[in-house]
Amino acid sequence: MQNRRKNSAYDIASKIRNGEESCEEHISKILENIKQKEPTFHAYIRIAENTVDAARRIDQRVRNGEKLGKLCGLGIAIKDNISTKGLQTTCASRMLLDYVPPYDATVVDLIQKEDGIILGKTNMDEFGMGSTTEFSFFGPTKNPLDPALVPGGSSGGSAAAVSLFEADLALGSDTGGSVRCPASFCSIVGLKPTYGRVSRYGLISYASSLEQIGPLGRNVDDCALLFDSIECYDKMDSTSLRERTKDNQTSSPSDLTGVRIGVIKEFMNGTADKVSRAIYDAISVLESLGATSEEVSLPSLSLALSSYYIIAMSEASSNLARYDGLRYGHESGFSGEDWQHFYSNNRAHGFGDEVKKRLIIGTFVLIAGYYERFYLKAQQARSKVRHDFNHQLKNFDVLVGPTMPLLPFRQGEKITDPLALYLCDIDTVPANLAGIPSISIPVKAGVPIGLQILGPVLGEEKIIHVARLYEGATSLG
Amino acid sequence: MNITETQEYEIRIGLEIHCQLTSVRTKLFCSCSSDYRESEPNSVVCPVCMGLPGTLPVLSKSAIEKGLMLAMALECTPVTRLVFFRKNYFYPDLPKNYQITQYDRGGGSPLAYNGIIKISEDRSIPVTRINLEEDPGRLTYQGSIQTSPYALVDYNRAGVVLAEVVTAPELRTPKEARLALESVQAILENLGSFDSSLDGSIRCDANISLSRGDRVEIKNITSFKDVARALSFEITRQKGLLNKRISIKKETRHWDERRRITVSLRAKEEEAEYRYFPDPDLLPIQISKKEISELEATMPELPDSRAKRLVVEFGIKIEIAKTLVRGKGLADLFEESSKEFKNYDRLAHLLSADLLGVLNRSEIELNDTKIRSEHMVRILNLEMNGVISGPATRDLVMAVVKTGNLPSQIVKEKTKITDKKLLEEAIRQVFKRSPKAVKDARQNENAINYLLGDVMSITKGRADPKETLSLIRAAIRKSR
Repeated sequence: MQNRRKNSAYDIASKIRNGEESCEEHISKILENIKQKEPTFHAYIRIAENTVDAARRIDQRVRNGEKLGKLCGLGIAIKDNISTKGLQTTCASRMLLDYVPPYDATVVDLIQKEDGIILGKTNMDEFGMGSTTEFSFFGPTKNPLDPALVPGGSSGGSAAAVSLFEADLALGSDTGGSVRCPASFCSIVGLKPTYGRVSRYGLISYASSLEQIGPLGRNVDDCALLFDSIECYDKMDSTSLRERTKDNQTSSPSDLTGVRIGVIKEFMNGTADKVSRAIYDAISVLESLGATSEEVSLPSLSLALSSYYIIAMSEASSNLARYDGLRYGHESGFSGEDWQHFYSNNRAHGFGDEVKKRLIIGTFVLIAGYYERFYLKAQQARSKVRHDFNHQLKNFDVLVGPTMPLLPFRQGEKITDPLALYLCDIDTVPANLAGIPSISIPVKAGVPIGLQILGPVLGEEKIIHVARLYEGATSLG
Repeated sequence: MNITETQEYEIRIGLEIHCQLTSVRTKLFCSCSSDYRESEPNSVVCPVCMGLPGTLPVLSKSAIEKGLMLAMALECTPVTRLVFFRKNYFYPDLPKNYQITQYDRGGGSPLAYNGIIKISEDRSIPVTRINLEEDPGRLTYQGSIQTSPYALVDYNRAGVVLAEVVTAPELRTPKEARLALESVQAILENLGSFDSSLDGSIRCDANISLSRGDRVEIKNITSFKDVARALSFEITRQKGLLNKRISIKKETRHWDERRRITVSLRAKEEEAEYRYFPDPDLLPIQISKKEISELEATMPELPDSRAKRLVVEFGIKIEIAKTLVRGKGLADLFEESSKEFKNYDRLAHLLSADLLGVLNRSEIELNDTKIRSEHMVRILNLEMNGVISGPATRDLVMAVVKTGNLPSQIVKEKTKITDKKLLEEAIRQVFKRSPKAVKDARQNENAINYLLGDVMSITKGRADPKETLSLIRAAIRKSR
């Protein structure tokens, strides 16, 4: 664990706080790195201005003897669907190309209160709709491990930025795996919190009932550090949870003795051999730390993917209705006879094809008559998934499986095959349907295979603990 | 072959009454002020009610309480689980292109259901449900909606708390529709939830069918008078068509308050598909029995019980008491005036017959006048002292309503202008008293002024000097 801490974001923040390292130098180094790597990888949509000034102010406050926050002087990248006051927030869509939010998302506020520095806005699939970061108006982000590969998505820009040292930490959002998928493909750590644990205020909605903002870091401690800084009850978000459980560790701090691990059978089925071998190896590591494991089946998971897409697209069709070009956003320049034409022209030009496809399907399934056949059915399936997880998480402390059923594929390889792309989400969407926390950590440093650890509602500390010990064991070995 | 013009049609009218709960100080889902009327367009807005990307609704607790009190006053059953739905449709007055409202199907429920609106002692109209919802913004046109070259959008109103009261289609006449509206308004006023003097704070859509034919919906009715007008227009229009054997189309029509006609907005076949579904940004809220009974305990006096109390306390007739409580302002005026004028029967009559008559005839709402108890008490005192009576009292009430001036001032002005006979009588008295002055006056202008002074003195200054002067001159010429 000691060598992990070295050069971790955690470590850098303490050094800046203690005056051992200059924040200005640190941020300048990151900016230099961004300049070098962006042309190849394209993690960012926009770089914030005046970040060096902000760094100098941090240094000054350190010299003044002020006590600085948890994220002291760290450079943090923000997914471009999280509102930043005065800084363009586009959702990687032409629709919001020039949209400048007049307010900060609650998480952005919290980061600034902890003295983190917002470096810029990262690339993503338009409005979060995708798993490869190829569906961006600004063009794709490349995988840091191999630019020919996709970085995963939709928070591909955030994952790439962290992996490339273009940021210390990053925020993504996870509607059906959008934090964990790119974490897995870019071989870093990503956490999707319990639904309601992190405020969604300021997160530009794709599917309200499924999504959470989640942290990305190069190691478990970093990811946990950012999580600690942003998790908070927020009265601006009616779905925000008031309950906070901390300190629910189930074993000693140093090993996993007594921890019961359920290996989700449905996650292992249909997974690429190389991935499933890596996951079984990872389970052996957990057992070597004292945990016991057992295969477990959640029968409702066969319903998860289709229910997920029905719910997500339905909510999206309503959430994205506000983009009509009247108050803000893209105006096609068409001045027609009536507002109907004005709206449809703006939406026809403003949205990309994948977004339009999902809005049309979502509109269709909400129509009276289909609502009962699709939307309500999907909600029933969702209840079953939630019930299965709650039930099994009484028998087991955590559940594990692969994050992604396959290795990162080549840019352009699946973009023309929507079903194959949707299938990539099969192991990530269940946690969103159930509202439970889930973390993805690399099975081994530099390998684009994520071990997914799922815990009970408000069980973040539990899964972080398991992840941390796993990481310690593998980095030593 | 020819159907007679006088053929009777069974008329069925239902109302969707939209009342702003104006006593809730914020909007329904954000902390913006609900007091938007005097403000610059688009100035009483925030990221939430403008529906900016990433914003989320937070339900006002006070709105739920006021809504539940209205529900109980209309004898509705409140729900135990409050759910909000999204009604999805594109329209420029909706910042999010969906309205957060309530829905009675698809797993949803209204705020309350199955109540009644009493429109008279023996007639009640069933209330199907009450919904809580956000008011849309306001569109302004240049002239008529159909010919306006543009529409201006003001989002100040967007998000203001609306309670929607939906009645069964059991109203029979335009007058009953108006009575139902008045009854709901009186209840809201008694609850202290509502200020009817605020423009557009109560609006309604009406649906109407003749002889069980297709239903026509009329939108955009913004005042009580217009409800009856719009419905009467629609009945005449539909009767005309039916008499010519043209069947009535199911459609939505717009009430054009300038031209006082309804115009077709859209045929029902192309009606929007609203794609209702539960708003995922708002979790269901449990309403406990305890909360309901706590609200019940704080329930203020409602019109019915107030009428009964007025009978007991002041000995007035129940019918008159019922008329008084139809508007909270009128009943308040009665109780306030009763502190200074003790002939309660006469007071009640003045208010329920004379004042209300004047208001109705001139289509003025009491809240829009400056009338206070002082006005009523002074009128009644003048009457008691024999200064005015009968038609003069009614004229005075009319004048008070129109000008807002105090009665004594009006009486003074009125005498100067109108009461010629009274002036001539006064002049006769003065001439009799001062024959010398009359004689002098034939040559001397100063003597005329002396006579004028005498007239002013015996009329206590109420005589119009100009008129009096010419009457004096005429009388002098005559006496030659």
